[in-house]
Amino acid sequence: MSTYNFDYLDELEAEAIHILREVAGQFEKPALLFSGGKDSITLVRLAEKAFRPGKFPFPLVHIDTGHNFQETIDYRDKMIKRIGEKLIVGSVQESIDQGKVVEQKGKNASRNALQTVTLLDTIAKYEFDACIGGARRDEEKARAKERIFSVRDEFGQWDPKRQRPELWNIYNGKIHKGENVRIFPISNWTELDVWNYIRRENIELPSIYFAHEREVITRNGQLMAASPFLNMDDEDVVFRKQVRFRTVGDMSCTAAVESEATLIDDIISEISESKISERGARMDDKVSEAAMEDRKKGGYF
Amino acid sequence: MNILKFFTAGSVDDGKSTLIGRLLYDTDSILADQLEALQNSNRKNDDGTIDLAILTDGLRAEREQGITIDVAYKYFQTDKRKFIIADTPGHIQYTRNMVTGASTANLAIILIDARNGVVEQTIRHSYLVSLLGIKHLVVCINKMDMVDYSGEVYNSIIDKYKVLAQQLKLAAVTYIPVSALKGDNIVQNSERMDWYEGESLLHFLEQVDTDNLDKSQLARMPVQWVIRPQTDELHDYRGYAGRVLSGTFKLNDRVTVLPSGASSTIEKIEFFDQTPDAAHAGQSVTIHLKDDVDISRGDTIVNASALPQASKLIEADLCWMDGRALDTSIMYLIQHNSKVTKCKISEILHKVDINTLEKHPADEFKLNDIGRVIVKTADALAFDLYDDNRANGSAILIDSRTNLTVGALMFRAAVE
Repeated sequence: MSTYNFDYLDELEAEAIHILREVAGQFEKPALLFSGGKDSITLVRLAEKAFRPGKFPFPLVHIDTGHNFQETIDYRDKMIKRIGEKLIVGSVQESIDQGKVVEQKGKNASRNALQTVTLLDTIAKYEFDACIGGARRDEEKARAKERIFSVRDEFGQWDPKRQRPELWNIYNGKIHKGENVRIFPISNWTELDVWNYIRRENIELPSIYFAHEREVITRNGQLMAASPFLNMDDEDVVFRKQVRFRTVGDMSCTAAVESEATLIDDIISEISESKISERGARMDDKVSEAAMEDRKKGGYF
Repeated sequence: MNILKFFTAGSVDDGKSTLIGRLLYDTDSILADQLEALQNSNRKNDDGTIDLAILTDGLRAEREQGITIDVAYKYFQTDKRKFIIADTPGHIQYTRNMVTGASTANLAIILIDARNGVVEQTIRHSYLVSLLGIKHLVVCINKMDMVDYSGEVYNSIIDKYKVLAQQLKLAAVTYIPVSALKGDNIVQNSERMDWYEGESLLHFLEQVDTDNLDKSQLARMPVQWVIRPQTDELHDYRGYAGRVLSGTFKLNDRVTVLPSGASSTIEKIEFFDQTPDAAHAGQSVTIHLKDDVDISRGDTIVNASALPQASKLIEADLCWMDGRALDTSIMYLIQHNSKVTKCKISEILHKVDINTLEKHPADEFKLNDIGRVIVKTADALAFDLYDDNRANGSAILIDSRTNLTVGALMFRAAVE
């Protein structure tokens, strides 16, 4: 028996690289969906490990809700420059302007649901047959059942009852024209694994992940960043607070958590002790017990 | 710290979801908002406590019917290990899901209801553990609270099970009396069963050494992708990217490329910005060879001194996974690691009644059927026998009409 150091992060990393290379080998026109969040940033590092010194065999695709944190967009542009890969932007604002979707109204309005349409349009326009995403099975219980290669029909829908068996480390990416496959290389990672990996690899992140002072309001018991994208009225009191964000989504649906964590070590100890799971800070999951399952069936990531 | 992947077999009535829920709950792996959602749910135990099974029943249909339809993956960790649980359904109509969950596991947990002892489904689940070549098995005698924590009941059940284990050649079996509902012997050793001198389930899972039994020494790497930057400065760069399935490749090792049979020597091993001297099982690396040989995706690089089988005619165990029955007259696709080729099931040798373990001659193969077949492939596959090397001894069947994965194959012999 040879001995070598191969710990859990190495194993998760090797599995993800294997999956990314399967995508390269099995698909004609894959894409990597990049949100600017830590999970997709991790995917970019994994893709570098899978394909360097060659180019990525896919472009990065960002579905831009128009309600992003500016810090995320700045980070995105800087990163693209550094890695020298192609970026395609799908714009939710464009979908609204074209009348394909209608902006939600009311206090809890968000563009989270609208991005599904823009995503499906972008997939159709560029004829992507595989879209790599940073979803993880520990995020939510519908995701806990999703395959690593998750086939969507031509309407972008996930059918949980018709999932293909996924055996050993063999991934079946065969599809009919019009279908596409969502691919989740970090399915088996937990939030803590991602953070530990980011620390180990010394990966730079958008600044909103770290504690900073900003103007917030309280909405449904959670702290939301005050912004022009949030429908606010006289009842909403704006105040300043030291916060950070655990996920990076739309400004209108991503809640902040109170935090003093300015360094990655602080964040890791904060998460290790945290009593609120990561998706607990997402308003979009709270609608019903089956909220995520319903959105996935409709084509959401 | 390393990872232990295990799967749990048992039906709803055995308290399988409760057991997993208990492991998560007692290791503080349930977070506040998930707990809140649990407490707000309408499902409670008779005594009003939280029904821990809800934690693992993810899909709406499952919540409505109170059963586990699909494989759900759950994660938790302790100071010692990271755990990945494949929670699989136990009903016979979900045999394929169980095979799926078991295929990536290093360890299996089988649940036996202490009131009922070894029953038909215990035999079925144990057979699948043996079929899928899982080397470590924990048999949990559950619901000990319902039999007054009786050591006699426990002993009579494990005596019966030992006969089955021998029949199925299950090597490393560990027995633990538990109550998932009450938490006995799950995380902490139970005070209510002082006659039991073994470890609690979690303690066992933290300690069990899976490396020695699971790892094959045969050096194998299927090529997934050829890295060719074709830039001015890297004009002649040609790296073979893949994950080492088993064994170890070292610099200057003589290797053979299959199916062509071409030989060369390892010139360089790359891992991103590192150039290690060796690549070990599980690692995803890029290999450079000294000679200019023709290699593409689907080829396998192997150690020249330990060649795999190479054959177009293979005897294999098949688990059928599709609603449409096997058709021996049509061609399927077979995917063996990164290699895909056409194939036919040229002969059905027998089918196994997985409740009684009896073998029957058969001319049809339907959903959840398991048995022995002969596979005839268009291109030769470079494979090992499943029991010697799980990663290089397995393949899937794809129906090219639907593109669905319709079968799982475990290679048992090359046919001369």
